[in-house]
Amino acid sequence: MLAQFKKGLLKTREAFKNRFESLFGVNELDEDFFDELEEILVSADVGVKTTEKIIGLLRERIKKERVRERSAARELLKKLLVEMLDDNQQASLAVAPSPPTVYLILGVNGVGKTTAIAKLAYRFSSKGKRVLLAAGDTFRAAAIEQLDEWSGVVGAGIIKHQEGGDPSAVIFDAVNAAVSRGVDLLLCDTAGRLHTKANLLDEMKKIYRVIQKSLGEAPHETLLVVDATTGQNAIAQARLFQEAVPITGLILTKLDGTARGGIVLAVKDITGIPLKLLGVGERKEDLEPFNAAEFVEALLA
Amino acid sequence: MLFSGLSEKLQDTFRKLRGKGKLTEKDVDSALREVRLALLEADVSYKVVKQFAASLKEKALGAEVLKSLTPGQQVVKIVHAELVKLMGETQSKISPVDNPPGVVMLVGLQGSGKTTSAAKLARLLKKNGHNPLLVAGDIYRPAAIKQLEVLGKEIAVPVFSLGKEDPVIIITQALKEAGKVGNDYVILDTAGRLHINEELMDELIRIKKKTNPLEILLVVDAMTGQDAVNVAQAFHEQLGLTGVILTKLDGDTRGGAALSVRAVTNCPIKYVGTGEKFEAFEPFYPDRMASRILGMGDVLSLIEKAEAVVDEGKRQILEKKLRSQSLTLEDFLEQLGQIKQMGPLEDLLGMIPGLNRAGKQLKSLSLDEKQLVQAEAIIQSMTREERLHPEIINSSRRRRISLGSGTTVQDVNRLLKQFEQMKKMLKQINALEKGKHKRRGMFPF
Ligand SMILES: Nc1nc2c(ncn2[C@@H]2O[C@H](COP(=O)(O)OP(=O)(O)OP(=O)(O)O)[C@@H](O)[C@H]2O)c(=O)[nH]1
Ligand SMILES: [Mg+2]
Repeated sequence: MLAQFKKGLLKTREAFKNRFESLFGVNELDEDFFDELEEILVSADVGVKTTEKIIGLLRERIKKERVRERSAARELLKKLLVEMLDDNQQASLAVAPSPPTVYLILGVNGVGKTTAIAKLAYRFSSKGKRVLLAAGDTFRAAAIEQLDEWSGVVGAGIIKHQEGGDPSAVIFDAVNAAVSRGVDLLLCDTAGRLHTKANLLDEMKKIYRVIQKSLGEAPHETLLVVDATTGQNAIAQARLFQEAVPITGLILTKLDGTARGGIVLAVKDITGIPLKLLGVGERKEDLEPFNAAEFVEALLA
Repeated sequence: MLFSGLSEKLQDTFRKLRGKGKLTEKDVDSALREVRLALLEADVSYKVVKQFAASLKEKALGAEVLKSLTPGQQVVKIVHAELVKLMGETQSKISPVDNPPGVVMLVGLQGSGKTTSAAKLARLLKKNGHNPLLVAGDIYRPAAIKQLEVLGKEIAVPVFSLGKEDPVIIITQALKEAGKVGNDYVILDTAGRLHINEELMDELIRIKKKTNPLEILLVVDAMTGQDAVNVAQAFHEQLGLTGVILTKLDGDTRGGAALSVRAVTNCPIKYVGTGEKFEAFEPFYPDRMASRILGMGDVLSLIEKAEAVVDEGKRQILEKKLRSQSLTLEDFLEQLGQIKQMGPLEDLLGMIPGLNRAGKQLKSLSLDEKQLVQAEAIIQSMTREERLHPEIINSSRRRRISLGSGTTVQDVNRLLKQFEQMKKMLKQINALEKGKHKRRGMFPF
């Protein structure tokens, strides 16, 4: 697992190596240790506040457990971060007791929503499930064509309207088609929208309500896509999307680059939204389930 | 409050210190710590912040700060000025074409906004009398070519594409075409790629060798975090960038990536993207960006937006009133009408970083459209005297006004409070403005 992620990491490892060796190689636990740790966490986009919180908690535990060596402190740190990311929240995706299962995919512009949908579709269709895609981005030029091309590649059906059409009308049709065709999974694409634009959030709420009205339990997952290269703004994104509709999980994309995606620590801490999936490339196979221990290992690698 | 952010924090820091008399080097250190934190919060790279803080220290130790009655403001002023200096002081435009056609290559990570920026740039050039050609060089992402073709059609700029041919061949053919037709700028959209993907970076290097571009512009998402330095450095080392386009600034990101990218490449930011529409493409103003990174809001952008809809004569009168702080509810009523003309309030308020996140205090300021209508009704139910002298509005008057406007007394109270806050805010803006070159500015609220 995480093969792509690790491959990406390898390329930048050299740069990090010295730093981490100095942090975890020398075994004396002094103030330098915490300074270096601060640099590592902040440079991974964990953010100043969350970093301070982590370091504070770590100090407490170090004191409580009378740890005097860096190597032991490092293990405490890992444990702490794993706990922060994974409070027994299952990373697994909800499935409807009787089909169709509906997932709604949301996020700001260009984070990888459409690609994540293609990857999810591939994952399920290669397990023999029948998957339908809803082309809910009627705004961006050629967004419908993009999803259409993917639907062919991953072997999923698609419901689409014209560019410029009403997105909730597409979603409405797609839910009905999912029911009448008896598909297992419906994946709803949406246009990229900034969390600061109230009219676009309203449009999104309407889409959510349309799904809810036609199927009761649905959407079974409402997944917010966050780009791992994003800095502190991801917190505002998660907050405001969550205020608009109940978000059930995060998909963190583009982890095949050099960004570490540490912002999810802050997002989890502040919003409680669990991380569920990782995007690790541009191919249909490049989607991994989230595993806290491995993620933390890679974050501090 | 709204525009203070860092400056208030610094003022607090110094206030605490003031009790013990003379300010020392250590005091300046603690102020610089606040500056460091503010920059990190804004996503400026850790290393860049470190260097910046070190270079600041000398300046901040200057006698001016230590002697000043408002050392917090002094430090903010210095920091702001240094940021502006770092980001390039003047505006930088796209280079003129001496030898047409001139190739403008847009490069960057996936999803950073290259295709949209290509179309926006083409539209801007066309508007300025040029004859651009767009070239579809993203042969990988599904429907990327189609996307550029659709955009080209909307702005009536021709798009050259050869399907999934090698991008080097595509651009070579496009240049032939441009020679024939007489296009001066040839704007090449390229596929998004990771800076560590050797094969794809090599493709860009080959295009560069073949076409000797006039400009190679890195397109960077303004929301980028610490990784911005790695990305910019890698692209710059391999391609030799000539400039940067910063996208998605219409959100509430502080945009520290602007500083990081500038610091590692020393390339000017030439344009910023501020929305999904074609017109949302503007020159880069280092002073505004500095305010934004420091959490002081994109005040000047707001002012400029307001200027576009406000009647010049009335503006002058209003400006005088604002300067003398004699703004009345009557002026306020008129302003509400103008705010409505300026388009969605979220767009305006969204430009102020942190507004969405900030506490109750700010929430009360972020009027939504419904509140606007209500505010109008309330002010319309006041007598002229009340509008000019709101301090005479006692509780019986409040009751009358609420009845007249179909609102509650609480609504009336809230409006009056907002008005008071607004006046305070104007005071701060005036103070902010005074430091700058004299602009024909006013504030719409
Ligand atoms: N390297 C890498 N690129 C990715 C990943 N996920 C998506 N991308 C790329 O990012 C770009 C944008 O992806 P899209 O799926 O179109 O993003 P979107 O959120 O649907 O974009 P809009 O609909 O325009 O808001 C494409 O070039 C994708 O190939 C990933 O995990 N790693
Ligand atoms: Mg999309």
